[in-house]
Amino acid sequence: MQPAQAIDWSYAPAPETFPVELSPEHGLFIGGKFVDPRSRKHFDTVDPATEKKLSRVAEAGKADVDAAVKAAQKAFKGWSRLRPAERAGYLFRIARRIQERARELAVLESMDNGKPIKETRDVDVPLVAQHFFHHAGWCDKLAHAVPGVEPRPIGVCAQVIPWNFPLLMAAWKIAPALACGNTVVLKPAETTPLTALRLAEILQEVDLPPGVVNIVTGAGETGRLLVEHPNVQKVAFTGSTDVGKRIARACAGTDKRLTLELGGKSPNIIFADAPMDQAIEGIVNGIWFNQGQVCCAGSRLLVEESVVDEVIGRLTHRMRSLRVGNPLDKNTDVGAINSRAQLERVNSFIECGVREGADRIVCFDGALPDTGYWVAPTLFRGVQPAHTIAREEIFGPVLTVLTFRTPDEAIARANDTNYGLSAGVWTSRASKAYEVAAGVKAGVVWLNTFNQFDATSPFGGFKESGFGREGGRAGLAAYLA
Amino acid sequence: MATVTKTWKLFIGGAFPRTESGRTIKAVAGGTVHHLCKASRKDLRDAVEAARAAQPKWASSTAYLRGQILYRLAEMLEARRGEFIEAIRATSRVTPRKAKAEVEASIEHVVSFAGWTDKIAIVLGSQNPVAGPFYTFTGIEATGVVGVLAPDESPLLGALALACPALAAGNAVVLAASERHPIPALVLSEALATSDVPGGVCNILTGEHAELVPAMATHRDIDAIVAAARGKHAAALKAGAAENMKRVTIVDPVSDFTEPRWRSPVAFRGVTEAKTIWMPSMA
Repeated sequence: MQPAQAIDWSYAPAPETFPVELSPEHGLFIGGKFVDPRSRKHFDTVDPATEKKLSRVAEAGKADVDAAVKAAQKAFKGWSRLRPAERAGYLFRIARRIQERARELAVLESMDNGKPIKETRDVDVPLVAQHFFHHAGWCDKLAHAVPGVEPRPIGVCAQVIPWNFPLLMAAWKIAPALACGNTVVLKPAETTPLTALRLAEILQEVDLPPGVVNIVTGAGETGRLLVEHPNVQKVAFTGSTDVGKRIARACAGTDKRLTLELGGKSPNIIFADAPMDQAIEGIVNGIWFNQGQVCCAGSRLLVEESVVDEVIGRLTHRMRSLRVGNPLDKNTDVGAINSRAQLERVNSFIECGVREGADRIVCFDGALPDTGYWVAPTLFRGVQPAHTIAREEIFGPVLTVLTFRTPDEAIARANDTNYGLSAGVWTSRASKAYEVAAGVKAGVVWLNTFNQFDATSPFGGFKESGFGREGGRAGLAAYLA
Repeated sequence: MATVTKTWKLFIGGAFPRTESGRTIKAVAGGTVHHLCKASRKDLRDAVEAARAAQPKWASSTAYLRGQILYRLAEMLEARRGEFIEAIRATSRVTPRKAKAEVEASIEHVVSFAGWTDKIAIVLGSQNPVAGPFYTFTGIEATGVVGVLAPDESPLLGALALACPALAAGNAVVLAASERHPIPALVLSEALATSDVPGGVCNILTGEHAELVPAMATHRDIDAIVAAARGKHAAALKAGAAENMKRVTIVDPVSDFTEPRWRSPVAFRGVTEAKTIWMPSMA
């Protein structure tokens, strides 16, 4: 073999240049129209890769949330009584318009969120279109989804979504709610409101009846006003377990229906007999996809002891080829962390890991950009199950590696958490894969793959990862009385 | 200037061939005499060959893709709405209002089945809690090549009501158009040709059912038949089907195809197969 030569692996810049028009100010979407907030308050949303302001967005106060809920109440009667095939028609058209405006939505999402264009273009936005298409098809088939009872909508749904998959979470919330005949008030995250507001434009384009979907932007207080609003019949929240618990307490004592999709500390279990090349890719995809800002991220790597050196050796080699930088560059693998607050949170976990005695491995040779919020892909080995970084959700590109010796021990370690959102199992033996899958307390288990999502496939967690499912038949239950 | 009248042909493998037999049948519509192809046994064989060739790829494309393609077909029907109304009105002499209602129901029917593709397995599949250390799952697959005999009543909606479940599930179809009112199905063939439905997935023949029925019944490469038929046609289809265990679904030719059952999971009965997979659950 030839001795390895120094090869320059750097790529020429390949920026996505699709033009996206961005107005300097965004109102609230209430009753089918964009309106100025009665609160007269606004806040800025920035590009996390450059820290530059993208736009000024309305901050909905009490009167605004009232108006949005009122609009949704008013629209409910007509929407819930519409012939199912006609409801389907609107949802199909929404799916089509999303496909037609896909590139624009992908670019805008990358700008507002910081995630690579590769992901928004190939994952987020296609899944958004699929979610609307799939649920469009359910409108006239609800009787077959829940046999034995007449399918009836619940009413006005308050939906509060996070910043990690802004448009995808909007689709996961809105599409099933509408398919089942409900109306919606959606609150996007304060750092990523722009694509939801662009979706509002699409809703106008397809002539969705006014008030069927209302979008109020704002931070935690707006969300609180919305979920605590007395005229809301259903609350759906995706976000942290802390906030989820607060919402559950706030809804206690009311008749509101509740679904929660919360945090995770998901195990990714690698057996010695795993198909190793695929497993390494699966580990990378599991934790560095979307900068690890994924509730179901495979953030706890459990490796069979006999192969831990091989796995870490291959993994660190693979990590070196990850490209960190401009989210709008088509070659970028790892983009920016969504906000300064999140950056500080991730960094504090990294410091904590070092302080508690784990070995930090950073395999990133380049320089991180000067402006923006960045964390180099990081892994920790020598992690003990009691370490903070092995127990708490970091929500960043930080992987902790633990080991096990037997399938039973793998299951025990996998379940040694308050969370139960997802799990990965890598082995060439199907029976072992299924046995471990059955033993793991998680709502989604991926065998020899990771981070797969589909509108037909229910997603959601066990234990403190929340309750209720999104997608497929199980997901409809959350929106039917 | 003389007007250009359309030559109606068969629709096989995504192309519009004339019948190999050279025979035609007369159809009067809107005061005009149309000469349509009178498909032969050989035309049927060609259509089955095209269907067989196209079916595996259609079945293995994702349910989501099949759904989008069927939705695209609905878009193409919508674009030809006026032509369909005129064809139905002219050949079957129903009122314009009834013709319009049939076309609207037809478009809605295709949209409904565009929404079925990715839900067939969800609704009809199962996990089976067997009394042993196994995981067993039952999935739903397409049967294969399906022969469809369209009714004379509601010549467009009837044809689509019988063909759509088969197409949505991943079968390829050979459709014998309504014998008395075949022109709406021929307009459908033009919509199919301009949609994204792959060539060969849906083939359309015109001709005498008395000729096509025995040929369809005994063709060994047709896996299932969904037929609007009665009496001796129904009996001939069932008897011929016994040769290679075709699944035969006989439908009353005078049915109200707007009834919910035509869009329900029952519609997939004769055109899908259940496949159960067993796997040991212990390492």
